[in-house]
Amino acid sequence: MPDLDKTMASDADTEAGQSPLRLSMMDQFSRLTGLDSRLLAMLGALLVIWIVLNIMTNGIFLTPRNLYNLAVQSSVVGVMATGMVLVIVARHIDLSVGSVLGFLGMCIAFLQVEVFPLGAAWNWPLTILLGILLGAVVGVWQGAWIALGGVPAFVVTLGGLLMFRGGAFLVTDGRTVAPLDPTYQLLGGGIDGSIGATASWTLGLLAVAAVAFFFLKARAKRARFGFPMKPLWAELAMIAVWAALIIGFVLVMNAYNKPRSDIPRGIPVPVLIMLAVVIVMTFLARFTKFGRYVFAMGGNPEAAALSGINVKRTTIMIFVVMGMLCAIAAVITTARLNAGTNSMGTLAELNVIAAAVIGGTSLAGGLGTIPGAILGAVIMQSLDNGMVLLGVSSAMRQIVIGLVLVAAVWFDVVYNRNRR
Amino acid sequence: MATPLVEMRNISKRFGGVQAVDDVSVDLYPGEVVGLLGHNGAGKSTLIKTLAGAYPCDGGEIYVNGERAIIETPRDARSFGIETIYQTLALADNLDAPANLFLGRELMTAFGTLDDDAMEHEARAVLHRLNPNFKNIKDPVKNMSGGQRQSVAIARAILFNAKILIMDEPTAALGPQETAMVAELIQQLKKEGIGIFLISHDLHDVFDLSDRVSVMKNGRLVGTRQTSKVTKDEVLGMIILGKLPEDETADDLASLH
Ligand SMILES: Nc1ncnc2c1ncn2[C@@H]1O[C@H](COP(=O)(O)OP(=O)(O)O)[C@@H](O)[C@H]1O
Ligand SMILES: [Mg+2]
Repeated sequence: MPDLDKTMASDADTEAGQSPLRLSMMDQFSRLTGLDSRLLAMLGALLVIWIVLNIMTNGIFLTPRNLYNLAVQSSVVGVMATGMVLVIVARHIDLSVGSVLGFLGMCIAFLQVEVFPLGAAWNWPLTILLGILLGAVVGVWQGAWIALGGVPAFVVTLGGLLMFRGGAFLVTDGRTVAPLDPTYQLLGGGIDGSIGATASWTLGLLAVAAVAFFFLKARAKRARFGFPMKPLWAELAMIAVWAALIIGFVLVMNAYNKPRSDIPRGIPVPVLIMLAVVIVMTFLARFTKFGRYVFAMGGNPEAAALSGINVKRTTIMIFVVMGMLCAIAAVITTARLNAGTNSMGTLAELNVIAAAVIGGTSLAGGLGTIPGAILGAVIMQSLDNGMVLLGVSSAMRQIVIGLVLVAAVWFDVVYNRNRR
Repeated sequence: MATPLVEMRNISKRFGGVQAVDDVSVDLYPGEVVGLLGHNGAGKSTLIKTLAGAYPCDGGEIYVNGERAIIETPRDARSFGIETIYQTLALADNLDAPANLFLGRELMTAFGTLDDDAMEHEARAVLHRLNPNFKNIKDPVKNMSGGQRQSVAIARAILFNAKILIMDEPTAALGPQETAMVAELIQQLKKEGIGIFLISHDLHDVFDLSDRVSVMKNGRLVGTRQTSKVTKDEVLGMIILGKLPEDETADDLASLH
């Protein structure tokens, strides 16, 4: 239709204000780095929190030992928060994740200790597999009520919050199950639950190479298509920032030694599990049809349905993914405790939802990132960890965490209002 | 006469207590533009949504190229070459233009992942054809102007070699210049043998572009006429009074003004 070109030279484009001159410094910066302004604000908040807590604790907060613990503590909430991002992006909510963690953790511990022979090499991998499968079944159950039954996720998962906590009790009639398989315990990041200095360095350098490879490969592909590109220096700077973060993380983890020795611990196993989850979930969210459909449903559910997307199946799949992530979180929790107790994961849903929202997932739907949720989890855990170091009572800590959750959602509301 | 591209026979659709569409029959031939007219709430959108697969109809049958077509989902409609530009545009505001263009039929790489670069490439080509000034196609569509959003919705419908195009109030959000663009696009698509249902509540949008007009009122079909055989006033009478031109009296026509 070459003859259309003349008639369409319309003025409509100017409205969108794409002239680079009109972008603020902040916008330009986020455009170059590919990070949105909200994520940058959260990074800033994390830095401030760390510095303030470090001063208030007389330098204890930012020691390798505390940062190591912080990383391990963040991993359980982090794993579940990546799934909560998809749930909230699709305009749903999952209030049951803490209880599901407790229920699945009890099932895993019970199977490992009282059903299968403890000590058999296949025992713990099989219980993990069964736990994840059961998590998927829980997801189908809740997802079906929501997608096929039309019951709001709020109600279904509020019911789940109660039911699965009850289920966690019923598995052993409230008895604690312990001890678990010694190899399994490594997954919790205890004394031996980290991979040592050499492996940490190897992984870290591989990660740096992978980041550089993917950045440059994506750039080469855009160049081949002749698309507009960011300046090369911006891309190289981003690679440098990532490399610095990765190497810094390895250095800190290697600076914390095993008790009464000078053997570096290295990266804890639960953190590795979380990082693997982040990679898989980011892949799912950004590079698969499923991820695209989740975001489309959150942006405009009607448009998604009119585009031929199977909204019901996608909804069920979201909750299946969430259930499987609860199982992984349950593995880390039980391995860390070296036991299964029926109160595991109590109130975790609050931390998980707060982590997702603080990390830039909008409760209005359609907006959120997996790395943002991890950042949110680290912020939540930093506050909690810092308050413990300061000797703040658990009652007081609950009040603060509750306030942070409300403030984060308020920030989301204000942020969305200002952009309209 | 040749077989119609689309024939909708005795379509009915009810929402609770509202009979939105009541026993309506319309048809469409290749290379033809049929204007679907009527006041807001007449049932135009509902009628064409049953053709687009957005709702199943309660009663009636649809024939495509003379053969019975069962259209229950948007996917079914697309498989018959039916593409729709919805009145609401039906865009996911948080996604960029390429993601919206290919929503539900994404291009994939050999590894089974989304091929965003290929989709962006195709999107740039089609959007550039519609609007050479369209640069910010990687922005979420919520940041785009009304005209750009409309372009995205139109591009999505013509990208996949539609045979039957449904345009529900396509110029409602557009300025005069962009409206002229849509008119030109319609002429172009007509020449390619595509059949178009052009829906509007405003007679003047449709009259010059359509070969026939079908008028609806309160869910019922008032009638269908060749545009060349009726005057604007007669069609206005059909829309407002619900009477056929031959039944309209001089008093009726006078009362319109
Ligand atoms: N999804 C729906 N649910 C209930 N009523 C509807 C729905 N869609 C349309 N209607 C009703 O059906 C009638 C016809 O609406 P519509 O087809 O949108 O008319 P038009 O497109 O001609 O303006 C109206 O009375 C409207 O209120
Ligand atoms: Mg309408």
